[in-house]
Amino acid sequence: MIRYCSLSIQRSVRTFMTSSTQSQVAKLCIVGGGPAAFYTAQHIIKTFPECEIDILERLPVPFGLVRFGVAPDHPEVKNVINTFTKTAKSPQVRFAGNVNFGIDLSLQELKEAYHAVILTYGAEEDKTFGIPGENLKNIISAREFVGWYNGLPRDKDLNVDLSDENVVILGQGNVAVDAARMLLSPLDELRKTDITEHALATLADSKVKTVYLVGRRGPMQVAFTIKELREMINLKDCSSIFEKEHFQGIPELIPNLVRPRKRLTELLVKSALETNPKPSSKTFRPLFLRSPLSFTGDSKVTGVEFDLNTLQGEEFEHQTAISTGVKESIKSGLVLRSIGYRSVCADPGIPFDKQKGRVINTKGRVDHGVYSAGWLSTGPVGVILSTMSNAFETGANVVDDIRQDIINLNEKKPGLRAILSKLDARGVQTVSFDGWEKIDQEETKRGKALGKPREKIVNIGEMLQIAESGKKLTAKG
Amino acid sequence: MAQSALRGLCSRAQSFRLFVVPQRCHSLSRPLFKKEDVEVTFIKASGEAIKTKGKEGDSLLDVVVNNNIDLDGFGACEGTLTCSTCHLIFKQNDFDELPEKPTDEELDMLDLAYELTETSRLGCQINLSKKLNGLEVKVPSTINDARSS
Repeated sequence: MIRYCSLSIQRSVRTFMTSSTQSQVAKLCIVGGGPAAFYTAQHIIKTFPECEIDILERLPVPFGLVRFGVAPDHPEVKNVINTFTKTAKSPQVRFAGNVNFGIDLSLQELKEAYHAVILTYGAEEDKTFGIPGENLKNIISAREFVGWYNGLPRDKDLNVDLSDENVVILGQGNVAVDAARMLLSPLDELRKTDITEHALATLADSKVKTVYLVGRRGPMQVAFTIKELREMINLKDCSSIFEKEHFQGIPELIPNLVRPRKRLTELLVKSALETNPKPSSKTFRPLFLRSPLSFTGDSKVTGVEFDLNTLQGEEFEHQTAISTGVKESIKSGLVLRSIGYRSVCADPGIPFDKQKGRVINTKGRVDHGVYSAGWLSTGPVGVILSTMSNAFETGANVVDDIRQDIINLNEKKPGLRAILSKLDARGVQTVSFDGWEKIDQEETKRGKALGKPREKIVNIGEMLQIAESGKKLTAKG
Repeated sequence: MAQSALRGLCSRAQSFRLFVVPQRCHSLSRPLFKKEDVEVTFIKASGEAIKTKGKEGDSLLDVVVNNNIDLDGFGACEGTLTCSTCHLIFKQNDFDELPEKPTDEELDMLDLAYELTETSRLGCQINLSKKLNGLEVKVPSTINDARSS
């Protein structure tokens, strides 16, 4: 069965090989199957069509954070999947899911099989505070929380307790706001999305009334973008309440700001100084100038102890938070930590900056024949446009290096065939793009029965089973 | 009666306009349904000018898609106002003449665009009218210098 699946991918290798000049085909491998991978591939096949690009993804399903990160109530953002699918179906590209880089295959093995390896496996590890009580129950990383409602297999069994009225989210970026919106949105709005049924069931019993979004600095340093703020302000049956005292002097700064900070600050000030909050049953409360000192509770978290800060420094971009020595407690039965991610070093052969949690690279160039793109390259910042342009840049540099013979195409490389036989020998069942499309159809079917666009399958074994079902040999993997 | 029959015939003919002689249809029915061509030129970051046509009512994103214009990553969210990849820069005169001012939601997305200018708009929000015939818009480069660190 395992062998069978890989054969269908192999066959597509041969089909393509016969139609091109064998010695001059660039055999490239992309590790990771998210937006950075597809945008890099898109750019390379356009500018250097004489290539074979194999995308190896750890999960059986493609699209990375577009599937598992983008909030379920932002379906429009997922339209990029249409372009990615087009790329996946182009004759030069093959997708192989369920391949765990660093475990099933090493970087050295990929370097031997390909002319170049492009690492795009993202940033999956959460940053932590390292303060007392951080291991209490119901202190959860926002990344896990997002994975839980978005059907990421490894987070499917996360135990989220929504029995308390108060939630503290630590961090003021877009992930933090997404988590807040999921907790504060009317359930009927979420039912129409592809949010997982297990999350929906838990949210249906939620007692949450107030979500605090806490940052260590002030309103001038928030990291979320204006669209996310506007959504919170316009959310049904939820009012946004700000601490007015933290906005002193800020309206005067606005004329000298530039976009996007200017418009974001205008909207913040306007909302903060709003005198008539709408009547609502839920409240969104951004809090500023607070750093967590410890978490309280016996086994489950019951509150957060904060140090109140003041800002030091002239230019607001570089202001730092320093403690005033004044303390404050906020009661909360759930804490979500959303202070950023770091990448993991998936293979000891990767030049890696442990401090910054990303691959050491210059414009996507890592080492001879090794490249990187996306969050692994830049750190976990920016919207899809940032990842797109970063991936295009890496793609352009790969093609430049091919054209300048820095990547030598005369060197014989076995490509996917060698990799698949290794995976076969190691008992790894790979999933082709056809296999993903079967999973996709099944998810859409299950979603339809529930009145949703899709019900995600969260069990890897089940995904593999569906991908294999009714398998027929196809020319294109 | 005769008119509507003719109209049906012509619109059907129009959808296969590559395979029929279009002139006849054009001249007979123009006042009833024919949308006029509007000429648009896209200037790429490299300086290359792409002259093309759209129909009245088409958005500039439609023009790019329908004419298969090769602009990397353009229109990623397919016109749903959730990205800024169809960012275009207008000449001041043209910008001032655009019938509709940008909404907050469009400006929110433009805020995240690279090379944002005072005369930037999202292509998916600009619909062609006869008045815009001959429009020239600049397409910012998508491959941005890696400034993020």
